[in-house]
Amino acid sequence: MSDAIVDPRYRRKPPKRPLRLSWADERIRGIVWQVLVVGVVFGIIYWLWSNTVHNLEVRRIATGFGFLHREAGLPIAEHLISYEPTDTYLRALTVGVLNTLKVAVIGVILATIIGTFIGIARLSKNFLVSKIAGFYIEVIRDIPLLLQLLFWYTILQGLPGPRQSFHPVEGVFLSNRGLRMPSLVWEGAHTATVLSVVAGIVLAWLYGRHARALQMADGQPRRIWPAAVALIFGLPVAVWLALGAPWTIDWPAMRGFNFQGGMAISPEYAALLTGLVTYTAAFIAEVVRAGIQSVGLGQWEAAQALGLRSGSVLRLIVLPQALRVIIPPMTSNYLNLTKNSSLAVAIGYQDIVSIANTTLNQTGQAIEGIAIIMAVYLTISLSISLFMNWYNARIALVER
Amino acid sequence: MSDITVNTPLTSGSEHRAAPISAIGPVAWLRENLFSGWLSTAVTLVLGYLIIRAVMGFVDWAFINAIWSVPLNANGVAQTQACRELHGSGACWAVVTEKHRFMLFGTYPYEQHWRPAVVCLLFIGLFIVSAMRRFWNWTLIPIWMVTLTAIGMLMWGGVFGLPFVQQERWGGLPITLILSTFGLAFAFPLSILVALGRRSNLPAIKVLCVVYVELIRGVPLISLLFMASVMFPLFLPEGMNIDKLLRAQIAIILFAGAYLAEVVRAGLQSLPKGQYEAADAMGLSYWQKTGFIILPQALRMVIPPLVNTFIGFFKDTSLVLIIGIFDLLTAGKTAIVEPAWQGFGVEVYIFVGLIYLVFCFAMSKYSQGLEADLNRHRRR
Repeated sequence: MSDAIVDPRYRRKPPKRPLRLSWADERIRGIVWQVLVVGVVFGIIYWLWSNTVHNLEVRRIATGFGFLHREAGLPIAEHLISYEPTDTYLRALTVGVLNTLKVAVIGVILATIIGTFIGIARLSKNFLVSKIAGFYIEVIRDIPLLLQLLFWYTILQGLPGPRQSFHPVEGVFLSNRGLRMPSLVWEGAHTATVLSVVAGIVLAWLYGRHARALQMADGQPRRIWPAAVALIFGLPVAVWLALGAPWTIDWPAMRGFNFQGGMAISPEYAALLTGLVTYTAAFIAEVVRAGIQSVGLGQWEAAQALGLRSGSVLRLIVLPQALRVIIPPMTSNYLNLTKNSSLAVAIGYQDIVSIANTTLNQTGQAIEGIAIIMAVYLTISLSISLFMNWYNARIALVER
Repeated sequence: MSDITVNTPLTSGSEHRAAPISAIGPVAWLRENLFSGWLSTAVTLVLGYLIIRAVMGFVDWAFINAIWSVPLNANGVAQTQACRELHGSGACWAVVTEKHRFMLFGTYPYEQHWRPAVVCLLFIGLFIVSAMRRFWNWTLIPIWMVTLTAIGMLMWGGVFGLPFVQQERWGGLPITLILSTFGLAFAFPLSILVALGRRSNLPAIKVLCVVYVELIRGVPLISLLFMASVMFPLFLPEGMNIDKLLRAQIAIILFAGAYLAEVVRAGLQSLPKGQYEAADAMGLSYWQKTGFIILPQALRMVIPPLVNTFIGFFKDTSLVLIIGIFDLLTAGKTAIVEPAWQGFGVEVYIFVGLIYLVFCFAMSKYSQGLEADLNRHRRR
């Protein structure tokens, strides 16, 4: 690609000069420096490694990942997959990874929504709205996240006990045991309904693409939304009705000293999610504000001069340009949220760090425990950045 | 528009009339910024109501119903019944009044508290001097060295008649300032070397730097701190041991180094290629080129993002709470472990949060001002 713009005179390679064994030769200097630096770095690593091996022998600490298949014996309060303390360490760590993902995925979604909202509010013409958003951003960004998490956790623990719990709506209880809500008794029909929502979205997207291709061909705009609504909402409802429309609600109720039934959100999870979302939203708000401000006023005016409706101006002209500025910093904010979720260990939410930490305390195998934590986060970080880089490349400006 | 006014002949006797009250002054400002349409008006009214409610509620809690001090019983234990009877309708600032010395200075010997207090002032003075542009030259290095030595002497003591205080008894704000300042003092040179290495033509050095930066940036700081607290003792030969604070400090330096390196690298990349080529054409060696031509320009360009990264690290030092080092946040959390003060976490966290807020807000305002100042040549 670059060949096209390189002046042909420079395409010739410089003539190969024989290596001179002298400090004046740049290549010799390069080789010496590299050998020196690599030698020192690997020397240090080897020294640390041999110390470690020696210390492990002296202290009779087992090595290797054999412990993964032993019985864990550690209780985990929240688990997405079934788990008993008699299960293996491997299963306990898997539960931990899923708990990390549970808070990271929901946190990223909520932080994006709230952050975008606050970022737009920061640009509002209404003085009050923009100042409140600015105040929020400044205060939240200047206080350590760990302190905020402890603060939220203290507040949630200060709520009254289950017997005196807040009870704003039928079936919703807020107490120091967390939030209890009615839940749907899940059946096969519901899974089918959720799947058909996904299918509906995919079909609607394909239909939209087809309609646009037709518009490109003959210039006639086509109405997309009736078909889209029918596919995204009608299809799932039809599937649900066809499968007998099951609808049983599990209401929570007081039994003894605690609640039974319904869906529970633990105070630890709620505090962690609240802290992560409010903190990251402040950073995302700044990213969104900068992105919108990066699109010149002339772009809005030119689009309006072309006769586009305001919705189309935003969707076709402004957003694609703003997204180019927004996506890279947004990626690092998502990564930060995921890495910050490791602070869960401070308030007792059992994520991967917390469970791996307990594991390394029980087995004494510190190196393996920390290696597991690092491997999990490296995998998550690399996956997020690969996906965001792919998305970024898709929307990036195609230049000559 | 101005053409029209100029071309319109003034009729005799007419004077320049003042703009109508609805176009200038506070009324116009209100109309423009708060009541520009029905939606804006509705939002203003609703938000205004909510703000007034929230502020009044906060004032009630924090000032009107608040208790500022409680009596001690014969054993010196605080009597907090009065605070508990408020049932959350008022703040119990007594916990701050009673415990503020502990939160600020930890378990440092009580009668020696003036030493950590002076240390905090020295740190603040050091920050202010470093922020002034007239000191942005080589004089900054001796200033830092002298101040940091003085801080070490004050904290440890053992010289000039000061009693020796072992490091295990340090705590509170000085620990936070030590971790962040020493962390930056060492991480910054490291980051410059790593950034240069990542931009170098030497493949082995480049690979080493890329692996270091990406590994560190891919994992949370906690995992590095755990590594420092549980794995580090295994790394060292038998008998040799480094204390916990220093191990955490090394972890923070390695962590900060990777992030700062990326900021510095951005500065190196933003320099036009002509600067490098011109320096080469002058026959400067690599280190002359880097030291005299490249770094002075590149670093100046990234000072605002550097300050933002500093703010991040200042906040991140609070993570040492998890491995049990006695920094400001840990001291705050420990202050409410005592049975008498259990349940007053909100007041303590507000107090500690305010201290962090003051430091970070000052740095962030400084960085904004600096950014505007350094970009002045770009604006017309």
